[in-house]
Amino acid sequence: MLRTALRNVLAHKARLLMTVLAVMLGVAFVSGTLVFTDTLSQAFRSQSAKSYDDIAVAVSAAPNQNDPNATPGLSEETRRKIEALDGVTEATGRVHGFAGVPDKDGKLIGAGWSNKGTNFAPGKDGKDSAYAFVSGAGPVEDDQIALDKETADKGGYKVGDKVRVATNGPVETYTLAGVFTTEDGAVNAGGSLVLFDTDVAQKLFLRPGHFMDVNVSAEPGADADRILAAVKPVVGDQADARTGQELADQQAKDIEAGLGALNQMLLGFAAIALFVGVFLISNTFTMLVAQRTKELALMRAVGASRKQITRSVLAEAGLVGLVASLVGFGLGIGLAAALRGAMNAFGLKVPAGDLVIGTTPLVSALAVGVLVTMLAAFLPGRRAAKIPPVAAMSSVHAVATTKSLVVRNTIGAIVTALGVGAIAFGASKGGEDGRMMIAGGAFLALIGVIVLIPLLSRPVIALARPVLKAFGVAGTLAGQNAVRNPRRTGATASALAIGLTLVTGLSVLGATVGSAVDRMTTDQIKADYMITMASGEGLNQAALDAVKKTPGATAVSPQQAGWVQVKGDFKSVSGVTPGDVEKVLNLHVVDGSLGTLAEGRVAVDDKTAEKRGWKVGTTLPVEFSDKKKGALTVGAVYEASEFVSPLVLDVKVLNAHDPKPYIPQIFVKMDGGPSAAAEKAVMKALGDNPAMTVMDKKDMRDAFGGVINMMLNIMYGLLAMALIIAVLGVVNTLAMSVFERQQEIGMLRAIGLDRRRVKRMVRLEAVVISLFGAVVGIALGSFLGWAIGETLRNSLPDYALVLPWGRIGIFLLLAGLVGVLAAMWPARSAAKLNMLAAIKAE
Amino acid sequence: MTTSPTVHRATAVAAHATDLTKVYGQGETQVVALDRVTVGFGRGEFTAIMGPSGSGKSTLMHCVAGLDSFSAGSVRIGDTELGALKDKQLTQLRRDKIGFIFQAFNLLPTLTALENITLPMDIAGRKPDKQWVQQVIDMIGLSGRLGHRPNQLSGGQQQRVAVARALASKPEIIFGDEPTGNLDSRSGAEVLGFLRNSVRELGQTVVMVTHDPVAASYADRVIFLADGRIVDEMLRPTADGVLDRMKAFDAKGRTS
Repeated sequence: MLRTALRNVLAHKARLLMTVLAVMLGVAFVSGTLVFTDTLSQAFRSQSAKSYDDIAVAVSAAPNQNDPNATPGLSEETRRKIEALDGVTEATGRVHGFAGVPDKDGKLIGAGWSNKGTNFAPGKDGKDSAYAFVSGAGPVEDDQIALDKETADKGGYKVGDKVRVATNGPVETYTLAGVFTTEDGAVNAGGSLVLFDTDVAQKLFLRPGHFMDVNVSAEPGADADRILAAVKPVVGDQADARTGQELADQQAKDIEAGLGALNQMLLGFAAIALFVGVFLISNTFTMLVAQRTKELALMRAVGASRKQITRSVLAEAGLVGLVASLVGFGLGIGLAAALRGAMNAFGLKVPAGDLVIGTTPLVSALAVGVLVTMLAAFLPGRRAAKIPPVAAMSSVHAVATTKSLVVRNTIGAIVTALGVGAIAFGASKGGEDGRMMIAGGAFLALIGVIVLIPLLSRPVIALARPVLKAFGVAGTLAGQNAVRNPRRTGATASALAIGLTLVTGLSVLGATVGSAVDRMTTDQIKADYMITMASGEGLNQAALDAVKKTPGATAVSPQQAGWVQVKGDFKSVSGVTPGDVEKVLNLHVVDGSLGTLAEGRVAVDDKTAEKRGWKVGTTLPVEFSDKKKGALTVGAVYEASEFVSPLVLDVKVLNAHDPKPYIPQIFVKMDGGPSAAAEKAVMKALGDNPAMTVMDKKDMRDAFGGVINMMLNIMYGLLAMALIIAVLGVVNTLAMSVFERQQEIGMLRAIGLDRRRVKRMVRLEAVVISLFGAVVGIALGSFLGWAIGETLRNSLPDYALVLPWGRIGIFLLLAGLVGVLAAMWPARSAAKLNMLAAIKAE
Repeated sequence: MTTSPTVHRATAVAAHATDLTKVYGQGETQVVALDRVTVGFGRGEFTAIMGPSGSGKSTLMHCVAGLDSFSAGSVRIGDTELGALKDKQLTQLRRDKIGFIFQAFNLLPTLTALENITLPMDIAGRKPDKQWVQQVIDMIGLSGRLGHRPNQLSGGQQQRVAVARALASKPEIIFGDEPTGNLDSRSGAEVLGFLRNSVRELGQTVVMVTHDPVAASYADRVIFLADGRIVDEMLRPTADGVLDRMKAFDAKGRTS
């Protein structure tokens, strides 16, 4: 039977091509992902091993157990003591923190979180082994710095140039002493690195004469563990000391965990591709079996058992799967290389290294490809076995009956009902549990609808009939052809339906959350600008004072984060400027007045007030962060807001107890509203500090909706994937249809349908099938989006479902395009059909 | 029926082939399917083309009907010379001037009987002549089954729908390719009866390829083909006469 299988594969090469392509694509993704993550983790591991190569023991300052408010640090004296230890060649002290430089337009180079500054720590030879200078030398004077090469290039800085450097303090100007290259992680991640003279760096990032870390290098052959044992008594409990090896291992482990998420996302793509591919494969084999009815019946007639028939179909599938997997694996390696290139292009530098091709990716690629293909071919194989031997004798094709759909429809209806029920229940329940219910329900509903898709094809496509009529005979015939084999149409449309369900669901969610965020920002923020640090750290008092002096600023209030204890409970507090806060934030006061903040009273949000039974006039015993006790009287109750803490106080009250105020945001209202000039004035007041971000309303909306947009972009990648497979599926189905209807098409040509309209007929059929899949997917996706949105209702004020009609329109357009594209080849072959051969009697 | 006067009613020629030659392949593998055939099909005449397998009878019909190209000679349908036409014009000519009846019925399974009948007009974008279509349907006797789909009809009924389809657009000429080949004798006789009636009563021109002497006997004239040439012609044929003539060719073919 294996020989028959092999012959069949060879005989239907063209037909099986689509199957091979679908399997290949899925397998390529699986193996590409595995190879890529293997390669990446290997590269990172060797890099981190390299960066700890010279470090025998790393010491990092730890918080003082007795005095948590004291800033940790290792003194110069401690460093010298370590350096004097037996076997130690050098002990390098390091301090680091945020430091950024602007480009020519005054914008920060790098992303904020990856802008680092540290000290240049020359050893006895005057060199710092971590940095290789390509021009100039390391900074040794107070007014000197060095920059990594990429940042220097981006900013157009040359040795000797004056460079403005932003840290958490005011912007200072330094002279560029040198440009270097480094293996530093922040630079590799597309950030920037500024080197300061050690004294300067200590002043900026810690305190004079102290380090955050001390890296110990040892004499060759010295035992790291022995040095560690010697270091420990020196540093005592003011620092944490570990061997370089230990740290390298730890870092490798962290990298692995970080890559795990990426791995899972990419494998998710692969899973979707394969899941969609299953329908395509199953479709192909169903058609192959249908075409071979006579042949298979003949085999049965000459004595092949049902099992043998099934097995021969499965063997054929296995063979196809194997070939496709092997090709897919090759493609996957290419994909892994391309992914690495893409990451570099996006500025996420991946350390160099060879592609790592392990056996696991190969084995899993082959297993997945072969198993998926065989699984998809299982039902067609079973159906093949049921062909009665007598079918070999009759000249009539076995016509697909709709009767066999009854069982399928029943199962589909039950599964769909269960899924929809679960989603509705989850939506009404809300919260994390509700989301889980919805996820489970969505999966069920998706499966159910795909099972039901043949049943849905007739009524849904019937809706398109009036439109099709406009295309004349070709349109009418296309509409009828599309529903001729509901099973096939359904399987073809499934690929698009699945892809579009996911994408539409996310788009609906994105639009809904986005508009809620929009309303929130427009409703709750009256300020024209919000100022934050690019590094994500807090702003300082000087910045606040500077903003207050901005010409044209009518109201300025910080949102200073602090905390108090009320009856032993920690409560976060927002420190604001009384009088101005009402002008920059729209706090809906339910009771009392925000004016009382100036009198030292506290404002609480309605949720907290209700829970605690606090009212205007209630006096709360509190303990401030400096452990001083006091009492606060509630002066106002406001509706809970996303932009302030449950408790609001005059910033002066907080400052009295907090020596280092932490200011995440400053809100500014300008005279005459937002304008380019106003923005410039604010920036100027801040000393044109590139490390500070001045956001207008649109920026604020983007900042809050950013995560969802990123998710959406990833999902659109998924849509592309589903579209490719959908094209393959539609090509497949149409090629089969054209083949089966040769005689009909020949007759139509004979009685006067011209080539153009034959093409149009095939093309319209493809478009109808594609749009059908799209409509099902969009409907299901919108439902899904609504359901997930319902669970967010509680955490999102102003929640209201928004359907992104524009995007949905684009999806439909894309689906139509898929149809047109997929029909190109089948339509051409239909038009070129040899009329005489086609109309010749059997 | 041999005394029918209709043969002489043929005053003009509906289709004419002059020195029609069709050659397949090249060099040594060259096969001459039609060898300088000259034949005319009179208007309002029912012609049967007969001949053994491979005689070129189907090829002759395909070439005259504009379904196939030819190597040399000329073909005219009415006043139109086919040799000069491109595919698009040929398609239009078939649509507007020619009706077809195939052996395998070739109805569209998705369309009802009535929709199948009016299909050529739908393709042409013409409104069917309702009165005429009704007349054809009445003659064919399908009134009760117009809403049925082909798979709900018997073979004979399907071929009657096909005949109606050919007649409905009032073509210049109808070509039939073994129209009774897939039918039992009773259904076949019915279909042939309709074709003859369409010639007698409606003045239609019909050309039919067949290998069945009984089918040929319904025609006004039989043309015999062998080896790509017209070898004989019989007016007012009878089944026995045709059979005898065929036997004669067979014997000749064997001895030569």
